[in-house]
Amino acid sequence: MRYFLALLHKDLLVGWRGRVRLVGLGTYALTLLLLFSFAVGPDTMALRDHASAYLWLAIMSSSTLLLAQSFQQEVEAGAIEGLILLPVPPPALYYAKALANLLLLLFLAVVMLPVSMVLFDLDISGSLLTLLLVIILGSAGIVAPGTLYAAMTARLSSQQVVLPLLLFPLVVPPILAAVKATDLVLEGDAMGQLPAWIGLLVAFDAIYWSLSGLLFGKVLDE
Amino acid sequence: MTLARWTLLLGASGLLILGVGHGIGLMSTPAEASMGETGRILYLHVPTAWVAMLAFTAAFIAAIGSLWTGGARWDLSMESGIEVGMVFSVLICIQGPIWAYPTQNYWWTWDPRLTTTAIMVVAFTGVLVMRRLIHQHERRMAATAVATIVSWVNVPVVYFSVEWWDSVHQDLSQVSSVDKVMLVPLLVSLAGTSLLGAAFFLARYRIALGHYQREEVAPELPDLPAQLELEDSP
Repeated sequence: MRYFLALLHKDLLVGWRGRVRLVGLGTYALTLLLLFSFAVGPDTMALRDHASAYLWLAIMSSSTLLLAQSFQQEVEAGAIEGLILLPVPPPALYYAKALANLLLLLFLAVVMLPVSMVLFDLDISGSLLTLLLVIILGSAGIVAPGTLYAAMTARLSSQQVVLPLLLFPLVVPPILAAVKATDLVLEGDAMGQLPAWIGLLVAFDAIYWSLSGLLFGKVLDE
Repeated sequence: MTLARWTLLLGASGLLILGVGHGIGLMSTPAEASMGETGRILYLHVPTAWVAMLAFTAAFIAAIGSLWTGGARWDLSMESGIEVGMVFSVLICIQGPIWAYPTQNYWWTWDPRLTTTAIMVVAFTGVLVMRRLIHQHERRMAATAVATIVSWVNVPVVYFSVEWWDSVHQDLSQVSSVDKVMLVPLLVSLAGTSLLGAAFFLARYRIALGHYQREEVAPELPDLPAQLELEDSP
């Protein structure tokens, strides 16, 4: 646990020191949101109907950039060998990195949320807390397999191609559930379907977070 | 008996049994009640899907074996399993529309089962692409095994998607939901396709084994005349 906290502190510190990158990523995500509204045109109804889909597509696209960076820096600086040599259990390495990635992605999502509310003219008919819960669970579903795959592909120069190719199919179920759940929070949940979708998200998070933590050590073996 | 003999034996008997199964299915069973003659594709579609799932599951088991033991043979079985699974799942994606268009008047729909099958195909394509890009043997083995295990989580999702979401696809096939007259050709075709799948698996395994042994004996020789060095050298 002590290792985990130290590693988490290290990853967050690296994220904070490289905040220019984070700002760049945020701008990229906001540009995506703008592009979606340009692509659809000035049809307010259509934009509002599909707002949750646009929001999650933007989160997913920026997540691959964020995840790719998370190990690239360490490989470039030659720090990854040092990390592997540390007498730290691999799951601690994984969970620290994954949690740091999750917090950074959530930061992006929290910036995107008010912007998309303005751009797509949204009202929240459910509670804001539920919406935040859905965003946390959905992002966790992306980050868990994403951190594992980022570690696996970190040494490939074609990582930018391989990472999304591996990751996108895997995150379809959590993204699907997150889009539905976000939709229900925004538009109102007349049929009481929200708990089922949140349950599905929790199930996928549980599978991915435990499985990836278990397998991470095998990926690091050199 | 050698691997090559087994491949030949399984392949030939598979083809023969498949021929018998399709013969019964085409000649001596009545046409399906609601779909007519087109319904006979059932005898092809269900066995293909079954073998695809079986092959991916074999790859999953081999992936666990390869992580556990580090043995090269597990790794080669995993590669063969994924590729056989890919062939059969691409076949499902081709047969499905051929069946759907005459009976339901569309080629493709964003139905959960179709969507998840497509996702499965793309997921394992990603695994195979990654496998080609990593040249160092141990790293390639670990990375493919991990990616296979995680991607395999998709297989049960595909299977149960029909129950989880409302679906236009036929419900899960059960022995009780199929009439006896149609069950015979279906089961015979199932056996034939499974044998054929096993033959494909063995044939692919032989190729993989050959590659691996060549790599062991003379690692300095490239597999292809001009190999792109995409991986950063350590």
